[in-house]
Amino acid sequence: MVTSINKKRVIVIGNGMVGHKFIETLCDQKNSDIEILTFSEEPVLAYDRVQLSSYFSGESATDLSLASIKKYEEQGIKFHLNDKVISINKSEKTVVTEKGIEVCYDKLVIATGSTPFVPSIPGGKGEHIHVYRTLQDLEDIKSSAKVSSCGTVIGGGLLGLEAANALKQLSLKTSVVEFAPQLMPVQLDKEGGKLLRKKIKDINVDVLTEKNTKKITQGTAHRYRMEFTDGSQLETDTIVFSAGIRPQDELARSSDISIGERGGIIIDDYCQTSDKDIYSIGECALWNGKIYGLVAPGYQMAKTAAIHCAKTLSEEKVEKDTLPCFTGADMSTKLKLLGIDVASIGDAHGKQEGSKSYSFTDSKAQTYKKIVVSENGELLLGAVLVGGAEEYGSWLQLYLNEMQLPEYPQQLLFPYAADPDSTTTGVENLPDSAQICSCNDISKGEIASCIGKGIHDAGALKQVSNAGTGCGGCVQLVGQILDSELNKLGIEINNELCDHFSYSRAELFDIIKIKNIKNFDELLDKYGQRSGCEICKPTVASILASLWNDQILDTPHVTLQDSNDAFLANIQKDGTYSVVPRVPGGEITPDKLIVIGEIAKEFSLYTKITGGQRIDLFGAHVHQLPQIWKRLVNAGFETGHAYGKALRTVKSCVGTNWCRFGVQDSTSMAIFLENRYRGIRSPHKVKMAVSGCARECAEAQCKDFGVIATEKGWNLYVAGNGGMRPRHAELFATDLNDEILIKYIDRIMIFYIRTAERLQRTSVWMETLKGGLNYLQEVIIKDKLKINNELEEQMKLLIDTYQCEWEATINDPEKLKRFSHFVNSKETDPKVIFTTEREQIQPA
Amino acid sequence: MKNEWVDICDINDIPPMGAVCALHDGKQVAIFNLSNQGEVKSICNYDPVSKASVLSRGIIGDIEGRHVVSSPLHKQHFSLDTGECLQHEGIKVNVYPVRVVNSRVQLQQLDS
Ligand code: SRM
Ligand SMILES: Cc1cc2nc3c(=O)[nH]c(=O)nc-3n(C[C@H](O)[C@H](O)[C@H](O)COP(=O)(O)OP(=O)(O)OC[C@H]3O[C@@H](n4cnc5c(N)ncnc54)[C@H](O)[C@@H]3O)c2cc1C
Ligand code: SF4
Ligand code: FES
Repeated sequence: MVTSINKKRVIVIGNGMVGHKFIETLCDQKNSDIEILTFSEEPVLAYDRVQLSSYFSGESATDLSLASIKKYEEQGIKFHLNDKVISINKSEKTVVTEKGIEVCYDKLVIATGSTPFVPSIPGGKGEHIHVYRTLQDLEDIKSSAKVSSCGTVIGGGLLGLEAANALKQLSLKTSVVEFAPQLMPVQLDKEGGKLLRKKIKDINVDVLTEKNTKKITQGTAHRYRMEFTDGSQLETDTIVFSAGIRPQDELARSSDISIGERGGIIIDDYCQTSDKDIYSIGECALWNGKIYGLVAPGYQMAKTAAIHCAKTLSEEKVEKDTLPCFTGADMSTKLKLLGIDVASIGDAHGKQEGSKSYSFTDSKAQTYKKIVVSENGELLLGAVLVGGAEEYGSWLQLYLNEMQLPEYPQQLLFPYAADPDSTTTGVENLPDSAQICSCNDISKGEIASCIGKGIHDAGALKQVSNAGTGCGGCVQLVGQILDSELNKLGIEINNELCDHFSYSRAELFDIIKIKNIKNFDELLDKYGQRSGCEICKPTVASILASLWNDQILDTPHVTLQDSNDAFLANIQKDGTYSVVPRVPGGEITPDKLIVIGEIAKEFSLYTKITGGQRIDLFGAHVHQLPQIWKRLVNAGFETGHAYGKALRTVKSCVGTNWCRFGVQDSTSMAIFLENRYRGIRSPHKVKMAVSGCARECAEAQCKDFGVIATEKGWNLYVAGNGGMRPRHAELFATDLNDEILIKYIDRIMIFYIRTAERLQRTSVWMETLKGGLNYLQEVIIKDKLKINNELEEQMKLLIDTYQCEWEATINDPEKLKRFSHFVNSKETDPKVIFTTEREQIQPA
Repeated sequence: MKNEWVDICDINDIPPMGAVCALHDGKQVAIFNLSNQGEVKSICNYDPVSKASVLSRGIIGDIEGRHVVSSPLHKQHFSLDTGECLQHEGIKVNVYPVRVVNSRVQLQQLDS
């Protein structure tokens, strides 16, 4: 083959992640005199090896691909798949492939990556013994899994744990065997390893440490038997070796290119090998005695080499100092292994002389955090995080930019304990040069300049700046930079309610309160525009109710209400309604049960016990609602507000009255609380529960307000949530007497009503509250804002003006008029049709 | 028969910025009282997206100045002027001629 006239040819051996990055960067140099040719031993172009494991959770090979044939063809990049380069002739400047192709090059790039290391163990080869590196390996493991019931990974490092996850996803009973005394010995210290091991055990993956496999023989119960040097053994059907990687440097070795003592192709700061026309990049390259087994350093090498290559091919003389250099890379990592967050930064083991470390194990939350700081306590040298890694982004920045730590560095471990007014993130303090996205080498300055150019949306910012498109580890940090830059530009983060009001809910609340506004039209007139919508109308209706407590079905308010509030019942998919009478604390007399039963029978309603300790009656036509409620009110029932953004239920347990463990009368307390707060309108629904002892039968710790009895009184928990995004409630105060308990709940509730956004449960509210729990305690317990009197007065007004909405409605003929399907006929909706299932009605 | 107007109810039976449903020639028709803006509007009561007869029970509002009702079931917006569903192109409900004469709301006789 001959080179096309005048064109210089660059050959890239290996089309892996790094080889592909090199080609992309070289194309970006827009040098039309260069022709690119690449060879890959694999049958496909480059794919995302980092995300390889997602192949098992449903991603297809195309989802993973980084390069496409179409794009390569468009860009004029030539490629040969399934063909391995077997020799390099440096003097002729040619390469030869397995299939017999011989081509010459002007510049050659060796990007052959690495191969999994498989120790030579007798019996260590077999149909169901694998490695974990390529798509083909994954296919093979998948086939093995089909004829196996258990699998074992040899190697408890990063990749080993990923492989274990894969086996688990393939429904194999999984074990991990590690030679060292702990998991991930490179990245984690002993404590971190210990916690990780416990967490992995909890998800039913067996972990065996200090095991050295001596040989593999045929098993009896399973396909293979692994025999360890300590005499013990383990039987398994499938084995995956993940005992480390070795640079693939054979080609360089056989063509006399310098190789490191323990392998790896030696490169300089421009990624040139001992032959200046040959570069080496990625996992096969050895820089300064180090191999980098991560993709980000490989990408940096690719860029360095591509720019060097383009410049030296096009210019006679190149000013060396105008070229970028590879100067080493940080090996900090953050990963989710088997669903567990793990991160390691810098000197995780505290090996540096004089370094000091602080650590914190939360055995309840099962998290471990450690920081290693310099002797004078001013710099962060390293860190370990297991079980939760929110701090990774900000700690990495402290480390990389050698930023000054707070006076007491241990504060890093307890961000909540720090001053609530100071921002904990500190992205403002990062220099513009700080590298934020290490996968794509993007600095804070570059991100900020995109924002400055008008890109103010997180999704668009990701696309334009490229930050966050690799491993995703920097996404949170990029979000913080977006917020802080917008803030700097004087652009408020938009929390305007809707098109009709340029205010947040909390701002509208204050306006309505201070200006004493009593209805929607008045507010719209003075502070809004046009006619309103289904977002602002119910929100304002709720604020008016929280402040003045007028009847929600009174004339100016009725058309603002969500359909559920407008008919004091929950609309169902066929347009009928459900009826939920209040059953405070879930306590109900037999007589009341009988009334509910009779009504359900008479109106033929579907009856179900709810998850909130009460009874729901479904399938009522709109005209039946007043009839049903007349009967219920007469029997002493009140509305349950199942339809409202208001207090729902206060769940209880039987407590001291019956239970042999109870320490307080939880039932009476629950009934008291439910009667106290019923009917109060809030930004979202509010749920509570009271348990009689620490056994917690009422599940109080997943409620907005949870109360748990102690020997001395009550513990109050706040901001828990079940539902879509469960959140454990936080302990607000302990051993309270009845009076203080109620005072605190009164105050928190009004404070929440006043400051939360639309449809924000207390859980989300708490997370957006600057300073979090600590701040809330300051406000409620220490009266930091001097508003407690006001909060209590507001609560008193709401309690004093409570009326059962259904009772008020059935006694008002004007209001009852709306409860018919047709304004001009007594007929019912002919489209509502029921069938019968398990002796009750169901929508057809 | 066409062009005849049928008496339905009094305008005071519909709260301002509220709605009712009428049985009209065997059809369910939602009537919206925008009288504080000098108008009544009328579209079909059946929500073809949620498949239930509920549009008269939605909240009335505007989307960039267009009068709409938001379905109480899944909040899709239907234009009170054209019957179009703003979220799903191609979905449209019937619009009915409606007027107020001497405070009586009237719908026009439908084609037979
Ligand atoms: C009836 C019931 C299910 C049952 O058959 O048991 C139910 C039914 C509905 N739930 Fe629920 N939830 C019911 C207990 C729960 C619980 C359990 C509990 O309260 O202990 C939860 C999780 C706890 C929590 O809220 O933290 C629950 C979490 C939700 C959520 C998710 C809330 C969240 O913050 O993620 C919604 C959606 C929403 O509110 O936006 C929801 C919404 C609904 C709605 C209102 C959906 C709707 O708009 O149609 C359902 C209509 C009720 C009706 O027509 O009467 N329901 N719902 C339960 C009524 C309890 C009661 O007596 O009032
Ligand atoms: C399961 C798994 C998870 C990982 N997770 C992470 C992570 O979370 N974060 C991270 O930073 N890194 C991770 N890595 C490492 C990362 O994938 C590698 O650092 C990166 O792929 C190295 O790129 P490379 O181009 O140097 O090598 P490779 O991607 O291995 O590419 C080399 C290519 O060259 C081909 N080749 C070799 N010899 C020849 C030849 N003679 N002729 C032709 N072709 C040849 C090979 O077949 C291969 O296709 C992970 C790796 C694996 C396997
Ligand atoms: S929480 Fe305690 S007191 Fe209440 S029922 Fe359970 S065990 Fe008994
Ligand atoms: S650091 Fe990996 S995507 Fe940014």
